[in-house]
Amino acid sequence: MNLAYYPGCSGLGTSREYERSTRAACAALGVKLTDIPDWSCCGSTPAHALEHALSGALSARNLVGAARAGCDTVATPCPSCLSNLKTARHRMADTAFRARVGRLLDQPADELAALPDVQSVLETLVTRVGLDAIRARVRQPLAGLRVAPYYGCIMTRPADVMRFDDPENPTSMDDLLTALGAEVVPFPYKVECCGASYGVTRRDIVARLSGRLLGAARDAGAHAVVVACPLCQMNLDLRQSQVEWPGGKAVDMPVFYFTQLLGRALGVPDAELGLEQLCVDPAIAFRRAAQVVAARQAEEAAQAAKAAAQAAKAAQAKQAAAANEGGRA
Amino acid sequence: MDVTNLESVRDEDFIHAVMEESGQDLTHCYQCGNCTAGCPCGFAYDIQVSQIMRNLQAGRKDKILNSRSIWLCLSCSSCTTRCPNNIDVARVMDVLRHIARREGRVAEKGVTTFWDAFLASVRKHGRVYELGVVANYVARTGRVWTDIDLLPRIAPKGKLSPMPHGIRGRDEIARIFQRYEEERTR
Repeated sequence: MNLAYYPGCSGLGTSREYERSTRAACAALGVKLTDIPDWSCCGSTPAHALEHALSGALSARNLVGAARAGCDTVATPCPSCLSNLKTARHRMADTAFRARVGRLLDQPADELAALPDVQSVLETLVTRVGLDAIRARVRQPLAGLRVAPYYGCIMTRPADVMRFDDPENPTSMDDLLTALGAEVVPFPYKVECCGASYGVTRRDIVARLSGRLLGAARDAGAHAVVVACPLCQMNLDLRQSQVEWPGGKAVDMPVFYFTQLLGRALGVPDAELGLEQLCVDPAIAFRRAAQVVAARQAEEAAQAAKAAAQAAKAAQAKQAAAANEGGRA
Repeated sequence: MDVTNLESVRDEDFIHAVMEESGQDLTHCYQCGNCTAGCPCGFAYDIQVSQIMRNLQAGRKDKILNSRSIWLCLSCSSCTTRCPNNIDVARVMDVLRHIARREGRVAEKGVTTFWDAFLASVRKHGRVYELGVVANYVARTGRVWTDIDLLPRIAPKGKLSPMPHGIRGRDEIARIFQRYEEERTR
């Protein structure tokens, strides 16, 4: 099965580190990505909020490009791109819609009848490579790192179009992070919206919704939030300085792309993962994880010392008893 | 209290247009309120999403299309996911925006100005040029201080492209928009 890759526009800009770490992690796992030749923007929310046929045409041009390149599946890291590409393909089953989209495109409408399947890079990794294979390649487990997995609102919804994981309580990223050695904290806001692209136009909405997410991660004892969406990442990381923290208690909460942690666990050098491009210093999370590991080791050492002391005491008592018995005999 | 003569405001054409364009049967809504309970943006709405559904059934076109809510909907699909009658409520909200745009009714101008700036960038380059979108939005709205506080946070990260990433097929993309506009004005 040939896998086409649709990077999405933000990968050339504000989510450059997602793009870099996705390519690096896929390469480390032997997943070959063929870029769709001369791919174009899917139109994102501004297109589907204006007109569905326009959104369908902007998406379909890319799916036709993937089909022409001999690919039967398209993988994309961005959930907004994913949602548009999948929705376009889903709606092409309707012949009237297909005809309308066909009228907007240069490409002949008959090419719209059988478009390639679309999946997220997360789905590609957990279904094609598989968790067992990924676990077997882990070189640097994420020991002690407590993470809140945040999927964003549209990677799994609406369920009849997205057809991946549970729409309200997805677990694929939880499982992946666990396989990498991280500790997943209970996080109730896995699919609650962060405020999407309203940061520019209505900052109050993003400040409240993203603040709520970060506050929940803080209260769950997470060292970091892990995301799969460029817009979520921007809201939680870049705009962390703007959010309203519930209870007013702000903390520094690093926000990773899951591909960055995957790459790190696989032994990919940090320089290829774009960790330095995150706004909140990721070293904060790694330091906290190291503290957990150190505390655990100290605890284990104390336990071992205690056990050894008890064993020594018991041996001494036994020796004394034996000596007593020997004396009597 | 808001008293309305339902006979005089009922717009049958509007009801049918929304049903037709969204492919959803609005009569299935029985006002359980699940959509409103789960809507993350309800705090900013002037009419809650379940109230929009009820007003739709009553054909109260002006009430709905003049609302702020349809522009503040985040398209997160919580409502669609939780509707016990399988109504794709998010899709209905999308269609309400389509109709409102066609009629030139926009209660949250900042939102559509941003979206238009985004699509203008796609039309011009084939891919979105992020800095260009923000610059266009600022120019059109005069909100010159937009996110200026974020500049020192993001500038050193080397993520903002100073130039657009044009594609070879950008004329092809421009033609998509051109045909869309021709169809719309026909």
